[in-house]
Amino acid sequence: MTSNNGKLTKKDFTSDREVRWCPGCGDYAILATVQTMLADAGARPESTVFVSGIGCSSRFPYYMDTYGFHTIHGRAPTVATGLAASRPDLDVWVVTGDGDGLSIGGNHLMHALRRNVNLNILLFNNEIYGLTKGQYSPTSPMGSTHKSTPMGSLDHPVNPVSLALGAEATFVGRSIDTDRKHLTEVMTRAYEHRGASFVEIYQNCNIFNDGAFAALKDPGQKDENQIRLKAGEPIVFGPEDEHAVVAEPDGSMAIVPTAEAGDRVVVHDPSRSEPTTAFALSRLSLNPTGPTPIGVFRDVDRPVYDDLLRDQVTRARSERGEGDLAALLESGNVWEVA
Amino acid sequence: MSGTVTERKNLQLSNAVVRFAGDSGDGMQLTGDRFTTQTAIAGNDLATLPDFPAEIRAPAGTLAGVSSFQLHFSDQDIHTPGDAPDVLVAMNPAALKKHIGALKPGGTLIVNTDAFTNRNLQKAGYDADPLESDILADYQIHRVPVTDLTLRALEDTIERGELNKKEAERCKNMLALGLISWMFSRPISGTEEWLKDKFAKAPHIADANITVLRAGWNYGETTEAFVFTYEVKSAQLAPGRYRNITGNQALAYGLVAASVRSKLPLFYGSYPITPASDILHELAQHKNFGVSTFQAEDEIAAMGSVIGAAFGGSLAVTASSGPGVALKAEAMGLAMMTELPCIVVNVQRGGPSTGLPTKTEQSDLLQAMYGRNGEAPIPVVAASSPADCFDAAIEAARIALTYRTPVVLLSDGFLANSAEPWNLPDVDGLPDLSTVYEFPTEPNGEDGEFLPYLRDESTLARSWALPGTAGLEHRIGGLEKEDGSGHINYEPENHHAMTVLRHQRLQRIADALPPLEVEDPDGDADVLVVGWGSTKGPIQAACAELRERGRKVARTHIRHLAPLPNDVDEVLGRYDTVVCPEANMGQLSMLLRARTLVDVKTYNRVSGQPFSGSELAEAIEGFGWGGQA
Repeated sequence: MTSNNGKLTKKDFTSDREVRWCPGCGDYAILATVQTMLADAGARPESTVFVSGIGCSSRFPYYMDTYGFHTIHGRAPTVATGLAASRPDLDVWVVTGDGDGLSIGGNHLMHALRRNVNLNILLFNNEIYGLTKGQYSPTSPMGSTHKSTPMGSLDHPVNPVSLALGAEATFVGRSIDTDRKHLTEVMTRAYEHRGASFVEIYQNCNIFNDGAFAALKDPGQKDENQIRLKAGEPIVFGPEDEHAVVAEPDGSMAIVPTAEAGDRVVVHDPSRSEPTTAFALSRLSLNPTGPTPIGVFRDVDRPVYDDLLRDQVTRARSERGEGDLAALLESGNVWEVA
Repeated sequence: MSGTVTERKNLQLSNAVVRFAGDSGDGMQLTGDRFTTQTAIAGNDLATLPDFPAEIRAPAGTLAGVSSFQLHFSDQDIHTPGDAPDVLVAMNPAALKKHIGALKPGGTLIVNTDAFTNRNLQKAGYDADPLESDILADYQIHRVPVTDLTLRALEDTIERGELNKKEAERCKNMLALGLISWMFSRPISGTEEWLKDKFAKAPHIADANITVLRAGWNYGETTEAFVFTYEVKSAQLAPGRYRNITGNQALAYGLVAASVRSKLPLFYGSYPITPASDILHELAQHKNFGVSTFQAEDEIAAMGSVIGAAFGGSLAVTASSGPGVALKAEAMGLAMMTELPCIVVNVQRGGPSTGLPTKTEQSDLLQAMYGRNGEAPIPVVAASSPADCFDAAIEAARIALTYRTPVVLLSDGFLANSAEPWNLPDVDGLPDLSTVYEFPTEPNGEDGEFLPYLRDESTLARSWALPGTAGLEHRIGGLEKEDGSGHINYEPENHHAMTVLRHQRLQRIADALPPLEVEDPDGDADVLVVGWGSTKGPIQAACAELRERGRKVARTHIRHLAPLPNDVDEVLGRYDTVVCPEANMGQLSMLLRARTLVDVKTYNRVSGQPFSGSELAEAIEGFGWGGQA
């Protein structure tokens, strides 16, 4: 039972269901981080709802002692939109994956983001279909060989952060399953953002796609490849900050030795109203096999869909008064038959 | 008094059928609507049949672009928009060609001669001008230069530069309306007020239309060509306050009423589709009732949003037509599995696939019954007349809220767009839907836990606990679950038990339904006609016609198609012959045969048009009284 007083802990967000992901799955780390993060951020279990679609990640709601809805493939953003639009008092989270959110449900993801519905969307990207046992996904690198692509995948992959920015999402972030501190930071900011937030989480599938994010996770490689975005700071990375991100004349970004960058180094500003710079940053890596930005790409304010929807109801009531059913039925030409 | 004016005769008619036909851009739907309103105010019973192309502006002057509006009005209780028109207004050659075949022999034909140019004749496929030949000899033909009269009436307006010639020409439908209004002794003052209101921001346009409307009336009054005027006296409708209403409007009002009477906010999520979109347009105007309208990115999203809103405690509704409902099928299964109350309206149109978007059909009944994966029983309710859409919406809400289930509400293109007088209900007498559900605030388990699938013993409805309620946190989803706890469960026996339980829930609905109403005036009928949905009017008309011929015929109309009423076996078993006319290939007939083992005869025509009463009378006679075995 949840106590209504005092500070909550991870335990208050943990359900009594046995967690059934494969041993070693990156989802465990994300689950633990979310449970702790919510407690620390002051969320209430009764006001928190996790909505998911179909796939390994979509089992997530069962393990949270909050309200939860395990819906159908790709449609979690639609159910979450109906809920958030009708219930301003709730914190609504969507948990989805690269197949669920970007393939079958790609359409809904785009619309939830551009409408700026008050949702927090967590996309667990493992570059594979896990629950259906190992087919390539929309984020799998071109040429990757899996069960359905023995001769290599032919699909050009989608970059989830680029897609979210293209849909003009008001909050876009990226983090890594096992980097608890960084993931907590990004998710806390997503939680505090009013409107749609989108967080891509690189999540290792140790059964079907182990090591997909080794460049960003292995002790020997990660310092060389993680581009940690920090608001207000020049974007430099590497063990000695020896690499810098600079803007090119054509609007793209490039990585050059810091020593040669001079004042061309980009200073990160997630509050820029235009998503163009954030988009250019997201293009630094198509698949995270080399230097890849993580952190908050974009965090801007824009009117929130559900607020606007409710405002119209409020305005209609103040302009025309509370609806009167008898008067509604009698609107138009009414005649009497004696 | 001048002796040259022909003496006018005012003929009393019991009923009349008028059809306006013209190009899509000629304003025939609006003309029909206005004439309908004037007719309603005159106290006639009426029924309308709008018929328009799916293309917004089909090529002008072609047969494909013809739009028509038929109105049947009477001093008696009537049930259909009428069979053959008594009066046809044809605004161009294509309209004439398409509709002349329907006009009663000896009927009145009014043609806009100005539109009979060589080019328009060619587009309509006429080799020679039909007005110059004798193919129209059977009719009372009136050649009216509608365009020319319109322009002449607006000469001053054009001269003052308030309207150009093209804009002025657009008022020509008002000339036709004025003329027909005169012919049927309908006052035009209501239309004048309506025009002033509609064009309040452009008074010169209102003035122009009114000028032309009056010119049309005066043309009838002063032209010797029109020897007769007609009068159809008020019908003896049941006492009450009346207004005209279309099915889509009545359905929207019914949803608002269900929201008011359930004290739940109405959430309406939908994706535009013909012929359901008008429900969205109507509801969007009533946000002061706390109505939220959400235009989703697609049909699936609309259904998803409805499930989310229902989870959050709204009266959640979506509407679509067959193609859209097909897309919603998986999500409807989820709503059924998670036992959340919501309504899915299907305003059926001609199918299959894209079919005939603006025409009517009853061919989605089996889709409503079975169009989902797995054993996914969902209650199905059908509206039977435009005004009945109001009551049907409230009934759908009652079932959804009482039993915590999605409900399919079937309307169709004919009900959606046609109008009839509606005896306004007493708002306080509408069902109280606020007592059929409650939101729990306390755990219901023996150990202080909350069991989302614990059920009410009589309705089998599960507990509807809303997010935001402390202590009742729970998870639901589309996976099979254990009853009570709602935990995921893959056990074979549990799955069978849950499948049976979901069917039993429907049986509980049937157990609480009133018996079928059977209209059998002398109680000794040989033939029972069973119908559902919009065939009610034509079936009523057919039965009245058969009884006049001395045939003993009974009829019953089924509102609840799933579950069927418990007494359906007994009622059908009572009659020697049972006939079921449907605008599909026999979908209800199949269900009734399977359920009752009665050899239900079926009459089917799938033309996109409603049945006429005489067509059905003939068909029914063919099955009964020693007719076809």
